[in-house]
Amino acid sequence: MKKSQIEEGIVKGFMLLSFSLVVCSLGFILVTVIVKGLPALNLDMLIQTPKGGYYLGKEGGILNAIVGSLYLAGGATLLALVFSLPIALFLKTYSRRKWWADYVRLSLDILWGIPSIVYGAFGFTLMLALGLRASLLGGIIVLALLELPIMTRGMDEVIRRMPIDMEEAAYALGATRFETAMHVVLRQMLPGIVTAILLAFGRGIGDAASVLFTAGYTDRIPNSLLRPVASLPLAVFFQLGTPFPEVQNRAYAAALVLTVIILVVSLGSRWLSARMGRYTIK
Amino acid sequence: MKARRVLQPIWFSSVLLPFLNRRVKDRFVGGAFFLITILPFAILLVVIVSLILRTQPILSAHSIGELLTGQKWYPLKGQFGFFPFIAGTFWVTFMALILAVPPCLLSAIYLSEYCRPRISAVAKPLLDLLAGIPSVVYGVWGMVAIVPLVQVFSSHVNKWLGFIPLFSKNNPTGYSILSGGIVLAVMITPFIIAVTCEVLRTVPDGTRLASLALGATKWQTIKYVVLPQTRSGIFAGVVFGASRALGETMAVLMVVGNVAKVPSSIFDPAYPLPALIANNYGEMMSIPLYDAALLGAALVLLIIVLFFNLISTIALRHIIGRSKI
Repeated sequence: MKKSQIEEGIVKGFMLLSFSLVVCSLGFILVTVIVKGLPALNLDMLIQTPKGGYYLGKEGGILNAIVGSLYLAGGATLLALVFSLPIALFLKTYSRRKWWADYVRLSLDILWGIPSIVYGAFGFTLMLALGLRASLLGGIIVLALLELPIMTRGMDEVIRRMPIDMEEAAYALGATRFETAMHVVLRQMLPGIVTAILLAFGRGIGDAASVLFTAGYTDRIPNSLLRPVASLPLAVFFQLGTPFPEVQNRAYAAALVLTVIILVVSLGSRWLSARMGRYTIK
Repeated sequence: MKARRVLQPIWFSSVLLPFLNRRVKDRFVGGAFFLITILPFAILLVVIVSLILRTQPILSAHSIGELLTGQKWYPLKGQFGFFPFIAGTFWVTFMALILAVPPCLLSAIYLSEYCRPRISAVAKPLLDLLAGIPSVVYGVWGMVAIVPLVQVFSSHVNKWLGFIPLFSKNNPTGYSILSGGIVLAVMITPFIIAVTCEVLRTVPDGTRLASLALGATKWQTIKYVVLPQTRSGIFAGVVFGASRALGETMAVLMVVGNVAKVPSSIFDPAYPLPALIANNYGEMMSIPLYDAALLGAALVLLIIVLFFNLISTIALRHIIGRSKI
């Protein structure tokens, strides 16, 4: 056997080893969360809000955090969508100057890189300036800031892939740019857009650092935008911080719930985009 | 047509109708969309400016050099030295990079050059999943699985390799830079792999075929043809991974120990900037200058992250035509 072939084999072995290391660490994380979380999980946790003494190990559940997280991430995703869809459509249909589009994309990329804790600190000072207290509204706004670049860049990447012929066919038929955007680009790229929205939702629901100061924490399910709201990541974080093993076990259960939500969102986005893909022109 | 027009009130035909005209609507919407595209830059500007403004009080009380190199952090005595936190941030990030980069590059080469399409089709959703796991869940994993492992590992390494300064300290808790680095390494893996795969894809197939036709093995082709061409892109991908690692808060906070001292060994606890902000924000109102100091920490973090992020974004934009995954 030649030296080069031996080298080939060794390197290939290392590659397989590294790749299985990456896959195994994913498995390790999931197994850890399931093994620790499943024994502590029960139905009461999912359908009850904390009762008195919950954080000492007494009765109750984390419904407040589950609903709160869905409110926060849902509201933030809607708010981010209102701004990100126009930006993505503008970049595809309206933008005639390339430098402007490049520059918008660059600022989105930079925004994406801003750590969520910085958004959290910024959001908190913003709320102080506006006289708001920690509330659902504050959490939604900060999460929307976090989700905006993720969602917009996600949409932009898929919308860019649309063949130019299709757009030109619409223009040739006399459609305006707005009509092309709404009836051609949006329809054709809907699967990718839905994927981007759900990706942003997943990021929003899992983020703890940005809602730490802006959304607060409460045992109730909020009935107004100005009330504080609990969230799953913070439920995990706070319950882990207590000295009682029972409460810590509930943190593991909450982490499992959060992971399951993320898995469902991720699988759901794949399923949805495959399903919607049927109605696009290949 | 004429009859209908008469029935319409005057404000409809003269004020509203022009807006219902298709072309006017097109331009109106175009203008509105354009205004929205200013938003990302405006947000960026507002974040930076408001952090700078809110940091002003402490900048007028202490000089920048004093803040950045100060070793002491006693808010009650008015001493705000960021150095231990900046050092902690970089220690943890370098640890993560050292652990993550070799396996990431090898995996990326495997996925884009060697493996069958079926395997890479399975790998992509798995990596997306890894990227989507919330940082708190990473933190739980770190506390439950990694910290105890590091605890055992550190006592053994310390016994045998304690003469090397990097391994010198024995930390009985396991909450250390090594734990934070391991968790962070796994967190940034999907980003580095995805960017590296994109970068490797920029090498035209003809180049590879030419090298293979000369009798080179696959690895020789990668080593002498593909990698030299993509060196800068891979470096940009690693810098991008670093920029993600620098700002990571919750997962690191939960496993790194949070002791405000400049670390000297990988078994030392550290206190990175994001953890400092997360742990203390909200309770800083009563102490003078404390909130300005914490926002200063946020500003320092933001500047460091923006520096790394800008370099990688601009480089990747030139290399793969777009910047991120």
